[in-house]
Amino acid sequence: MDRTPSDRVDVCVVGSGPAGALVASRLAAAGHEVVVLEAGPRFDAESASGDETDGGGSEDRDGPGFDRDSRRRRMERAIRPVDGPEAVWGMGGDRDAFSSSGERGYPLNRARVKGVGGSTLHWQGMVMRLHEQDFALRSSVGVGADWPISYADLRPYYAAAERELGVAGASDNPFAPPRETPHPLPAFPPSYSDSLFAPACERLGIATHSVPNARNSAPFDGASACVGYGTCEPVCPSGAKYTAERHVSRAEAAGARVVDRAPVQRLEHDATGERVTAAVYATPDGREHQQEARAFVVACGGVETPRLLLLSESERHPDGLANSSGRVGRYFMDHLFAGVGGSLDRPTRQHHVGFNTTESHQFYDRPGPERGAIKLEFLNYAGPSPVEAALAADEFGDDLLDSLRERYGTHVAVGALVEQLPRAANRVRLDPSRTDDRGNPVPDVVWRLDEHTRRTIEGANEIQREILAELGATVEWTVGPENTGPAFHHMGTTRMGDDPAASVVDANLRTHDLSNLWIASSSVFPTGGAMNPTLTIAALALRLAEDLVGRL
Amino acid sequence: MQLTRRDVLAALAAGGVAVAAADVDDGRVEAALLEGTPLDPDPLSGHVLETLVAVAEVVYPSTVEGVDSFVEQYSVARLRRRPADAGGVADAVTTLDQYSREWFDGPFRSLDAATRATLLDQMAVDTADPDPTGEEPARVRHFVVNELLFALYASPTGGRLVGIENPLGHPGGTASYQRGPPADVWSGVGRTDDGDGPSNPSDSVDSGGTDGG
Repeated sequence: MDRTPSDRVDVCVVGSGPAGALVASRLAAAGHEVVVLEAGPRFDAESASGDETDGGGSEDRDGPGFDRDSRRRRMERAIRPVDGPEAVWGMGGDRDAFSSSGERGYPLNRARVKGVGGSTLHWQGMVMRLHEQDFALRSSVGVGADWPISYADLRPYYAAAERELGVAGASDNPFAPPRETPHPLPAFPPSYSDSLFAPACERLGIATHSVPNARNSAPFDGASACVGYGTCEPVCPSGAKYTAERHVSRAEAAGARVVDRAPVQRLEHDATGERVTAAVYATPDGREHQQEARAFVVACGGVETPRLLLLSESERHPDGLANSSGRVGRYFMDHLFAGVGGSLDRPTRQHHVGFNTTESHQFYDRPGPERGAIKLEFLNYAGPSPVEAALAADEFGDDLLDSLRERYGTHVAVGALVEQLPRAANRVRLDPSRTDDRGNPVPDVVWRLDEHTRRTIEGANEIQREILAELGATVEWTVGPENTGPAFHHMGTTRMGDDPAASVVDANLRTHDLSNLWIASSSVFPTGGAMNPTLTIAALALRLAEDLVGRL
Repeated sequence: MQLTRRDVLAALAAGGVAVAAADVDDGRVEAALLEGTPLDPDPLSGHVLETLVAVAEVVYPSTVEGVDSFVEQYSVARLRRRPADAGGVADAVTTLDQYSREWFDGPFRSLDAATRATLLDQMAVDTADPDPTGEEPARVRHFVVNELLFALYASPTGGRLVGIENPLGHPGGTASYQRGPPADVWSGVGRTDDGDGPSNPSDSVDSGGTDGG
């Protein structure tokens, strides 16, 4: 394909994940000239061997950007991993080199996908709104920070985001913030496993409810309903799970140009240092190009967004672009997983699907400063899946079957996402000692857990143990403060705020320092709550797109 | 438990070989298997196919019936669409035969089942991590053993052996996750006969399994 730049366009969007794709589709639909630069490949244009190549594609398409057989092959690679989970979507190698110098190692390349669609290619697809308290944490309980916008400001955009993503949900959640309309698709009914938990939770006074999923419970927007492959994360071959490829397609249909394998190296600015003039990007032939535009939207996620700003340092901006506050890269947050699992004396029917159908947000809002938000999840995929266990087994034939029968069938687990408060010391910075395939310093994720987060994880574990005890389960494992891991939600590294001395972007997501540079990403979250961030990313992107259309 | 042509098509679909799952009734299976332009009409020699069956007979549970036709139809249709893998399979079979001739004086498929199992064990295929570019046991594990295990346990019949009608990789619909354990499906530990919770004794367990559209 032609990867040379277009003549100066209205808007250059960097990144084609959900934020970039939504912004591009809205701007293109409003008649603006848009170029999207994506570092990774367009995954559909691949050969039968699974290698990404230019152009091409297959006949079995749902539309541009989706190929069922290619996705099924990728699913098999996920079930039969050879080069590790990162390789399923081509992550790893010099392009994606990184450092992790903090107290806690961070498995960055398991946590993201570079390609058209971004990390929605491998996400599970949980889409909850943040709570009203999330936007005012400092003023309500005295920790974290307040957002410069309220839930009411974002509420209509949440509704729009739910329509765009085709969210399957119900209005049965007594803890959810107020909403105005039903979800566009009905919720997935509870699982058999959920029905085992329900009476135990009821006895404990724990209210459970459905889970909003960005997954089609009925055909939607030209895509299939879920058919139960069970492999949502990391590959949905049916197209029922939302990926940002849908909005990339929509953007292209409206005239936007999407250039893949075009990693942006830096942003150039004018002599005053107040306006970005061009995005300098590399192409597979080893050349560099400059895409000029009137406005720039950086939508590269919580790690590459601050990295790009830091890589764009100049005489005018010696600490990195848009970084007069020194906050670029600071306040890196993720959600922590907490979980307790075990087994029952009867079948629990796990692994039929790869998503959850019951949660409890009863412990979400913080009673005070002592603990953070907890989002409880009742897993539909506890314990090993028989296929994967067979492929890794060290016995065959009848012995293998006996062992699979013993290992599958009676597991249960309650997971949770736990909030991590923003701390300046947790950050994404450049590692000057190491460079990527283009010679750029790699991102260094500096990350540790603080006492507040540890306490919240322990609090989640206590609730989880109580539920399993009430259920009569034998507890077999706990993921607590010592062995917890990140949920792969990168937030906080270009925080939003009214004070230019203490934040990177304003309430409209425009950088304080440059008048034509916006950021659409979870990197703008001042706090992260404990809800999966993508619906909020999408809502903010739609709000930003509306603002930009008005300005252009 | 009998492996059927439906299982063949389900296993093929799980690996991205295009077959029309919605057309899967026995009258149309042959046409579905043969549809399209074959990249290689004969991707595997008879010897290779017979060796795959001989391996399947020792890595599959003894209660599975119809192994030979399942393995042959699956392997031919799959490798016809994946010629690059056919070479890996043939090479892995050659490796098996080399070990077999060295240790037991004949090709792998000529050995009795117990000796075949012993050979896989002595060759350390059972403990090898699958790797298409690894050492000999790792390549045999990847191209032969795990190819066969994936085909079986991602199919509805293979899943049912373990107690899951809709195994990972099979588009078995969104009804089964909501159902309790059908009495005829659950044959593993932990079985209860007290009818606890919702259940559906129907054996049309993969009726939702179309991915068409």
